[in-house]
Order: sequence, then C-alpha cells, then structure tokens
Amino acid sequence: MPGAVRFMQGNEACVEGALYAGLEFFAGYPITPSSEIAEQLSYRLPRQGGRFIQMEDEIASMCAIIGASLTGRKVLTATSGPGFSLMQEALGFAVMAEIPCVIVNVQRGGPSTGLPTHMSQGDVNQARWGTHGDHAIIALTASNHQDVFAITVEAFNMAETFRTPVVLLFDEVVGHMRERIILPQPGELALVERLRTSVPGGVDYHPYLPREDGRLPMSDFGGVHRYNVTGLYHDMWGFPSENPKVVHGLIRHLVDKIESNVDNIARYKAYYIDDARTVLVSYGASARSALHVVESARRKGQKFGLLELQTLWPFPHDIVGEAVGRAKRVIVVEMNMGHILHEVRKALTNPSNVFLVNRLDGVFITPTDIRQALRLIEGKGI
Amino acid sequence: MSKPKLKALTINRPWCKGCGICVAFCPAKVLELDHEEKAVAVRIEDCIACSLCALRCPDLAIEVEIAPEDNEIAPPAQKRILIQNRGGSRS
Amino acid sequence: MSIHKYLRERFFPHIWCAGCGHGTVLNGLIRAIESLGLSRNEIVMVSGIGCSSRITGYLDFHTLHTLHGRALAFATGIKLSKPELNVIVPMGDGDALAIGGNHFIHAARRNIAMTALVMNNRIYGMTGGQFSPLSGCGMTATTAPYANIDPDFDVAALATAAGASFVARTTTFHVKEMIDLIRQAILHDGFSVVEILSQCPTYFGRKNKMGGAVEMLNWYKERTTPLGSKAKQNDPSLIERGIFMQVDKPEYCSQYEKILQKAQSANSQTKE
Repeated sequence: MPGAVRFMQGNEACVEGALYAGLEFFAGYPITPSSEIAEQLSYRLPRQGGRFIQMEDEIASMCAIIGASLTGRKVLTATSGPGFSLMQEALGFAVMAEIPCVIVNVQRGGPSTGLPTHMSQGDVNQARWGTHGDHAIIALTASNHQDVFAITVEAFNMAETFRTPVVLLFDEVVGHMRERIILPQPGELALVERLRTSVPGGVDYHPYLPREDGRLPMSDFGGVHRYNVTGLYHDMWGFPSENPKVVHGLIRHLVDKIESNVDNIARYKAYYIDDARTVLVSYGASARSALHVVESARRKGQKFGLLELQTLWPFPHDIVGEAVGRAKRVIVVEMNMGHILHEVRKALTNPSNVFLVNRLDGVFITPTDIRQALRLIEGKGI
Repeated sequence: MSKPKLKALTINRPWCKGCGICVAFCPAKVLELDHEEKAVAVRIEDCIACSLCALRCPDLAIEVEIAPEDNEIAPPAQKRILIQNRGGSRS
Repeated sequence: MSIHKYLRERFFPHIWCAGCGHGTVLNGLIRAIESLGLSRNEIVMVSGIGCSSRITGYLDFHTLHTLHGRALAFATGIKLSKPELNVIVPMGDGDALAIGGNHFIHAARRNIAMTALVMNNRIYGMTGGQFSPLSGCGMTATTAPYANIDPDFDVAALATAAGASFVARTTTFHVKEMIDLIRQAILHDGFSVVEILSQCPTYFGRKNKMGGAVEMLNWYKERTTPLGSKAKQNDPSLIERGIFMQVDKPEYCSQYEKILQKAQSANSQTKE
C-alpha cells in the first residue's frame, strides 16, 4: 500500500525522514535556510516523546547532540554555512570519539554571511575537510524531496553502522522548494538501530574495540558500563594514550572504517549512462537542471547521460570512473568553483575531457545555462 | 559525642608528591617530610584524628581511619602506622 | 570510609603538579558524592580542556572529556536526554568563563539541573601560565609580563545574574566547607555553581611571588571570610565564601516534561 501523498518543502521532507529513521533528540540554532527543520521538530518531536532544544549557538548544538547520542538516542542538528563552520571542532570530536550523529547543512552562498537566501553548493569541501586533522567523513545529498527523505534515513543508518557523524549537504533550492512526496510506510525502508554491547555488567567492556565485522557495540551513558570518552587519542577503553602504536592504530581505524567501505556507502543514480557520449555529473538541486538537459537531448537522439551523485564523501572514484570513463566528454555541473570536478578528474584516466559548468552568483543554474556552456565546450560559440 | 579516635593513618607513598600541605596544616604537628620529600607520620601519638590531612591532600595519598566510638581507647603504642607501597617507588 | 572505590587507581599518581589544588577538589568531590550514597552508574561527569578537565579520567563514573569551554553544552544534551542522571561538570576558570562563558550563562539561564564546579586557579596552567579572565588586574602571567590590565569576573555575581539557582564559593583550604557545598550543590534541583579557589603554585603562585602551595593556602585562609562576616565590613577587600544564592525555581528538564505532556495531549486530541 503506498504511503500518504504530501506537498511540502525539502526541509520538511528531511524532518519526515529523520522521524521515520527514529530521531529522538534535536539541538539547533536558527539559521537561514535551514530554520524550518528546527521549527518543525520543535513541534513534532515532543508529540512522540522526543526532545528538542534550541541552544545558544551552533557550537553548543553540535556538542549537545553528541552528549544526547551517548545516552543512546538518535540525534540530529541542522544549520547552514556559518553555523556549519562553528560546528567543525565538535564534528571532529564526534569523528574521534566515534559518536553516531547526523548534521544537516542546507547550503547557502559563502564565504562568511554570504548569500543567506540564495543557492550555492560551496560547502562540499568544507564537509570533507572542515575539521582539523586526518579523518574520514560521510556526506550525502539529494536533488528531490523523495530522495531527501530516503537519504536522511540512510544518513541515520550509516551513522549507526559506522559509529560516525554523517553530514547531509542539502542546498537552499531543495530545502525551500515545495513538491510532491509519497511518505514511505513503516517498514518500507530498512532502519539500522543502535548496536548495544551484549557484555554484561561487571565484565570488562571495551567501547573502542571493533568486532570482526568492524562495528563497535556501544553502551549508553547511565548504563552498567562506566567508561571514558575523550577527543584525545585513546585506547580501547577510551582512556588517553600517546603510545605510537595506539595512535597509529586509531587513526587508521577511523579512516579505514569509512574509506574501505566506499562502495557500500556510495549512493548514486545513473540516467542513460550505458551508451552516453556526453555524461553530466551532478548532485543536489543542480542535478535537476542537468537531468532536464539530458532528457531533452535524448528526445533529440543525442547520446547524453547523467550520473547523479548522492554520496559525495567518501568520493566513489571507482564507481565514477567506471560509469563515465567511456564518455567522450564529462561535464560536472555544480554551484561552486569545482569541488567535485577535481574528484571526477582524479577518477578518470583522461582528465582533460572533464569540464565544469557552474554558476557562482546565487542564481540557480538552469538547463539553458548548461546548454550555453555545452556549446562553448563543443566550440560552437555562444 | 566523644572526640574521634584514630584507628589508622595510611600514607600512600608513591602517590605523595611532597607538597607539604599536610605537614603545614596539621594542628597537632604529627607529619613531616622525609629525606625523599614524602609525608610521614613522625608523631602519630599526638594525632587528634581530625582527618584534615586526608581531606586536604591534593594527591589523595593520606587515609585516616577513625576507630568506632564504642571501642576502648587504644594506648598510643598500639596505633598503627601504615606505609603503603603500591606500585613501587617513582624515583 | 574508603574513597578508593570511586577512583581509577591505575592512573595514579595523577598528572597534576605537587601542591595543585585540583587534587584537593577531586578529593572533596568524591567525599561529597560518597556522603550522598550515589551509585557510580547514575553519575555522569563532563569536563572541558585544561588541567581541570583531567579530573574526569580519574573518576569511575560515566566520564566525558570534551572540548575547551564546551563541557556544559555536552552536559546539557546528556541531561535533557536522560534527566534521571546526575550530571557534574568540573571546569577550569578559562574553560568555564573565557571560551565557555556563553555556555556558562546560558546553562545558568535555563536552570538545568547540573552541578558546575569552577576550579578557579586564575591561570591557564596546561598551556604554561597565561592570564585568564579570573586572573585580575595587576597580576603577572606569561602573557601579562608587565602586569595584567584585564579586569576579572566575579563568578558568583555572574552566575547569580545569569539565573543559576544555587551559587556558592569556597577554597581548597576550607575543605570541610567545600565538601558540604558540593554536596548541597548536587542535591539542588536546578543549575548549581560552586566556585572553588584552587591554588596553582607552579604558574600563578610563582609568577606572582605568592610562594608555594602552603603559602597560597594561607592566603586563602587570611584573605577570605564567611559571607556577611564582620571581618568583611572591616576589610572590604576580603573574598567572601559561602552560599550566595539558593532559590527554588522551575528546572529546565521538569519544564520540558510539561511540554511533552502538552504536545502529547494535543496529539491524542488530533487523533480523536
């Protein structure tokens, strides 16, 4: 039986997905264009026994969700560029201490206060490298509300599976646009619940000792196991360690648990890829215009295809190389100065075939913009 | 209520960093620092069991055990002085 | 009475310098907790960064060693998520009131039931003796070689003005008072603050020619006085100790319970 058909904003679709995934705790601070997520959750969460708190800033919001996650809750915060900048230190803490949590960044124009009410995808590399030090991160995105819902559920699943923060990189257009969505029924999408240790009280529990499958069972704060959590390099009990073997082992673990699962984490949609001579690679709202270009080109018999990425980090180089490697031309469509462009080039043996089509002025990139750029690339003039 | 009586005063030698707080503020001048700058109870018979040395010790190295109230007063010679040596010396 | 069951003894002797007051705070804290008979499983201790923050590692509770200044923000998430837990947040003076000042006043404003211990040694010890917002004018530090011109906060007045419903001050010399105040702070249903003047002989004492730990404790003995004492009238420069604020007012998590009830009753009405 299909679920309820609704008409809503992308930010609301994210809220619906988070609640479907089992969200129990939200902490946030108002910022355009993400504020509707906080507004909706302040209303929805307490109705089902969840908890909402508006903190004094984004730093505190990120810290509060980490604290709540340690008590066993599925947690979320939502922000935009400036707030995401403030969250970076605590995001690194969540990476280091392996705390499952989901952070939504509804991107706007930057740097600084930038363009609060306009479209940009300029935070892609910030999501990857915003916090200091070597680390791995998962960042996901979507171009329409049905996918926003599904990818939000995936974000919670991956956060629990890999005991890691997951960034949802939406953008102003998807966040604020209203469109149709069919809300999935309970049970329709798979959910990953918190993996709790089966070690009984009184027996030595190792919060940072991975099982054979790589997952690390947790124990809720307030439960029978008392352990330490720190942002310092730590041993398998969570106590600070400067032992070079421990330090090396931990950084390898933190990176490898994500990077060695790159294919499992990769989410993407391929449209008309198999015989495509010109492949557009895009994501988020930009992928909507890219898809429009591809579909109208196909109607004219032109061999265009689209690879729409939903997992941006870890970047699925092998999958992208395989999907677009045979194309004559690869056009990366994104609303920034080429964050994903460089990754696509790295994925291909002939990077000189990869071109960037972008807009940086806060105005949403249209199919016409893409077509005009294509004419230039093909040497046909404007 | 009678005054508290000392049952045992324990100094955890490896934990003691020799700051001298217990020595300086002992109201009965029971404690001194030895040649290794560790606290020792040199006049245990004078101890009035106020526990201030244990409460103030920043190294948590001193423990004062109070005798149950209904016990007979132990003569000073029977008071125990324990010097624990858990984990060996740090020097 | 044994304090050892609360300690992670394998990490002793601790990292703090000889004569550091933070060890005395640790000492008093576990005695206060023991006297309350709290179970180790119901206590969560959250600290920030700095000398003070290392206190969590030595205690056998649920312990969270977080980021510089952010301990109260992490603690707020824990407390609101599981209000039945006892949340205790030891912080340094720079930790609580410089980088963490915003979180401090907002935790106080919410009156969320947690115990904030400000271990005030008036210096950044871990980084080598730079001045803090509690060093005070005229003091010397490694970043104030010509004397400090930054005025200091009055922690008790700040916490009271921000809305904390229990505010007290004591020192590491007045240990019995410290244990009693920490005990009362933990029992208090609301945001409680205990400022504990804690000596740093290594930096603050040495930089300001105050002598060693013993001399610094003597300074606490001579330069502090119980709240409202006659000595304070005669010498207004004395620092007052005691309970500055103790009032019953709505606690944040209890208020949120009411929100939950309100939202859920609206829920059932909608369904009907």
